[in-house]
Amino acid sequence: MSEYKAPKSEKDFEENFSQIKPLMSDSEAYYESSRCLFCYDAPCVTACPTGIDIPLFIRQINTDNSLGAAKTIYDSNTFGYACGKVCPTEVLCEGACVYNHQDVKPIEIGRLQSFATGKAIEKNHKIYTTGKPNGKKVAIIGAGPAGISCACDLRMYGCEVDVYEAKDQPSGLTVYGVAPYKITNKEALDEMVYLEKQFGYKVHYRKPILNKADLENLEKKYDAIFIGIGLGSTSSLNINGENLENCIGATEFVEELRMKHHKVSVPAKVIVLGGGNTAMDAASESARMGSEKVILAYRRSKEAMGAYEFEYDLAKGVGVKGMFNVSPVEILGNGKVEGVKFIRTQDVNGKLENIAGSEFTEACDWVIKATGQSKQVELLKLISGMELDGKGRILVDPKTFVTKNPKYFAAGDAVSGGQEVVNAVADGRRAAKGIMDSIMK
Amino acid sequence: MANLKTNLAGIKSPNPFWLASAPPTNSGYQIMKAFDAGWGGAVWKTLGVPVVNVSSRYGAVNHRDNRMVGFNNIELITDRPLADNLREIEEVKKRFPDHAVIASLMVETKEEWHQIVKDVENAGSDGIELNFGCPHGMCERGMGSAVGQEPKVLKTIVSWVKEVAKVPVIVKLTPNISDITRPGLAAVEGGGDAISLINTIQSIVGVDIDKFVPYPIVDGKSTNGGYCGPAVKPIALNMLKNCAQHPGINIPISGIGGVENWRDAVEFILLGATSVQVCTAVMHYGFGIIRELVSGLERYMDEKGFQTLDDFRGKALPNIMHWEDLNLKYKVVANINKDKCIGCQLCYTACEDGAHQAIGLSGDMTDRKPFIIEENCVGCNLCSLVCPVEDCISMDRKDDGKETLTWKDRTLAGNIPTTFNDPLAGGLHHWVPQPEEALTKAKPKHYSL
Ligand SMILES: Cc1cc2nc3c(=O)[nH]c(=O)nc-3n(C[C@H](O)[C@H](O)[C@H](O)COP(=O)(O)OP(=O)(O)OC[C@H]3O[C@@H](n4cnc5c(N)ncnc54)[C@H](O)[C@@H]3O)c2cc1C
Ligand SMILES: Cc1cc2nc3c(=O)[nH]c(=O)nc-3n(C[C@H](O)[C@H](O)[C@H](O)COP(=O)(O)O)c2cc1C
Ligand code: SF4
Ligand code: SF4
Ligand code: SF4
Repeated sequence: MSEYKAPKSEKDFEENFSQIKPLMSDSEAYYESSRCLFCYDAPCVTACPTGIDIPLFIRQINTDNSLGAAKTIYDSNTFGYACGKVCPTEVLCEGACVYNHQDVKPIEIGRLQSFATGKAIEKNHKIYTTGKPNGKKVAIIGAGPAGISCACDLRMYGCEVDVYEAKDQPSGLTVYGVAPYKITNKEALDEMVYLEKQFGYKVHYRKPILNKADLENLEKKYDAIFIGIGLGSTSSLNINGENLENCIGATEFVEELRMKHHKVSVPAKVIVLGGGNTAMDAASESARMGSEKVILAYRRSKEAMGAYEFEYDLAKGVGVKGMFNVSPVEILGNGKVEGVKFIRTQDVNGKLENIAGSEFTEACDWVIKATGQSKQVELLKLISGMELDGKGRILVDPKTFVTKNPKYFAAGDAVSGGQEVVNAVADGRRAAKGIMDSIMK
Repeated sequence: MANLKTNLAGIKSPNPFWLASAPPTNSGYQIMKAFDAGWGGAVWKTLGVPVVNVSSRYGAVNHRDNRMVGFNNIELITDRPLADNLREIEEVKKRFPDHAVIASLMVETKEEWHQIVKDVENAGSDGIELNFGCPHGMCERGMGSAVGQEPKVLKTIVSWVKEVAKVPVIVKLTPNISDITRPGLAAVEGGGDAISLINTIQSIVGVDIDKFVPYPIVDGKSTNGGYCGPAVKPIALNMLKNCAQHPGINIPISGIGGVENWRDAVEFILLGATSVQVCTAVMHYGFGIIRELVSGLERYMDEKGFQTLDDFRGKALPNIMHWEDLNLKYKVVANINKDKCIGCQLCYTACEDGAHQAIGLSGDMTDRKPFIIEENCVGCNLCSLVCPVEDCISMDRKDDGKETLTWKDRTLAGNIPTTFNDPLAGGLHHWVPQPEEALTKAKPKHYSL
């Protein structure tokens, strides 16, 4: 039984999706920052993909210099606020905090980070002055973490920057994909407004780059083009019944949830297929939306799941039931989903094998597929010279992030195949450097 | 079972914990409450000439999230009528005959001193404490520390008091003086029965960096105040030891300054205090801390097999020598317990930047545990002090303990070094990197400004 009632109002929704990393009060930030040891060459810094000087910003918070702390953070991480809330800190900075070796609770670095940057955003505190115009123009495709962080740095270098975004809001999956108990829409968007004001890039919303003509147009107008389009829609499972009504993709479900909140209604029984973090999110979210029975079904063993342990714990914590070593054979139903036919699997010397005759049926009202996202291969193939790997990921030079077409650069999920916001930010910024070095030659 | 009974120059109390003369002893109400809670004695808030106080009176030093590790005030002596205080002393003594009530006094002329001593004795005080310590407000009027800083004047006033006093007289000393034993001796010469120390230290506790005024702020202005609380304990302990070791100061001492828990109290007693007085800790946490003080002291004494406070009073004094009497052959070297080390590298940066470059790093990011470069370790302790893990860095003895050689021995033998090529000096004993090496030394990527 689910412990959540279906939310009927925005207030209900906020309660069901209360923030797991709520903003700190001044006192909490003061006490928590007092605990930091100010380690030498601190391991938390090394563990942060953007290399934020964590002991420094924590000390700045502790000495009543939160705006200075915000600068330290933004100097390294353009999505400082969002990352504080959505990063898997348990396996990054906080996981590396020396306190773990002493069996003492690690410093809550993420929450301190959002505390400091939150102060700067709230006060609209101006930290940066963009660079002297250098006469160069760069187009960015996609206003996600990779695109926006690349745009900010390019503005610092003095480039003119236009961002083309398919949707009508910036921040990419930060607002369309990440679980609502990690960050609210307002929080994600407030940081975007803050950045846009300071860095002065231009975002063109509802302007997807779709075809050859769009691309040629960009190539004509700009000195370089950055691709930060992330991933595509949920990939197909290639089994029968996938087209039935109520068999949906996880990212599509999350996007609708993030946009419509309590207006989304989730039925009594939901089966989520998959074992990654997105599956955990979709399962947690279904439960928090009041679904009575949420089953997380994964082909392999619990241990083999790609999801972080804490993400699975989070799902279990809201009543999600795990079902392992079961592979979907067919989605059953008559027009609408009525259940899933599974077959049990076993691991034979590292190979997954179906156990003959072990088929069984589990009834449900919805199936959420969290079995990976496709890549925007069609679009990318239109770019001359562009090369993709076998999984549809854009091949780039690891240092400069230039693609096989020297005018195009790329970073983020479209290159990595799906990592975290913080990785997209780190690489988007490196790409900006690569772009500069290339266009200023 | 430990017996905490205390007798300071004839002033008896059920335990050595007294409230110092300060706001917690402002009224009979507070003192009764304190005795009821378990305090052994109380030095009444100083009685004397009429005063008035300003509004906004205290400032504090916070260290990170620790509040009031240091505390300062610009308050004066009691502003309550003498008659009320006398009546309340009488009431308290009636209700708590076995507890020590000591009247703290501060007046000006001989006649005034004679009168007030008689008044408080009539009210039932078990003793008198002469406040020669207050470092602000009263000294400008020729009282408080103005007296405490002039041994001759102090001696005269003590003798005036002794002319009439029938109860023991404690002389409270100010630390705002370079040699505390001088007023200590003057107190003995004047006939004082005991001394107490320390009163507050002249201080400015901090400055409001937006308003450009030190704390506490009185209508945009401030003045120096008196410093106390945990931060002053080391100064108090040192002054206590100076008096306790002085052969001429052969009267009991009541120790004051930064006592907050039982350990502090034990330290004061080990350095010769007969009773301890507490102010700031009570102003911070209330009278309830007495439960921890008593329980800790009792447990300590039971564990050590001490029956009475006399069993360990002054026990640390013989171990405090002059520098020239310390054994130069004794050698300790830091040792890191790798099982306990959490890899914060605070020891590394402390020794590297603040000591003798005797700690190294592997250079391998996966092994963050530093190592000691033994030949360069001078045994200063710094690393073991900064290490956040209890008992992780130990200072291990390296000499065989068979030899003793002090500076004094070397002086007498005519063997004091004339160059720095002594086995113990920086020329031979440990190496120092070349200045230029600083610029090529590896440093964390994010350490540039
Ligand atoms: C369900 C889910 C949960 C997640 N949870 C977390 C989490 O908790 N913490 C975390 O750190 N990371 C999380 N991630 C991963 C994280 O969101 C991504 O790694 C990150 O957003 C990648 O950034 P990006 O800029 O590469 O792509 P995206 O964020 O996907 O942004 C791409 C942008 O490009 C736009 N776009 C796409 N195609 C076009 C086009 N043709 N023309 C114009 N615009 C286009 C999109 O609309 C979008 O705005 C999650 C991902 C998912 C799917
Ligand atoms: C607000 C305040 C007022 C004080 N008033 C007196 C006083 O009237 N007479 C006196 O002898 N000492 C006075 N003192 C000094 C204390 O008795 C004590 O010597 C000093 O605070 C050090 O002890 P502590 O560290 O426990 O606070 C006062 C201290 C404070 C904080
Ligand atoms: S590892 Fe932990 S204690 Fe050390 S600097 Fe980082 S946050 Fe602070
Ligand atoms: S004791 Fe002093 S010199 Fe020796 S390693 Fe520690 S800090 Fe360095
Ligand atoms: S200070 Fe202590 S815990 Fe930290 S690295 Fe040194 S020995 Fe290890």
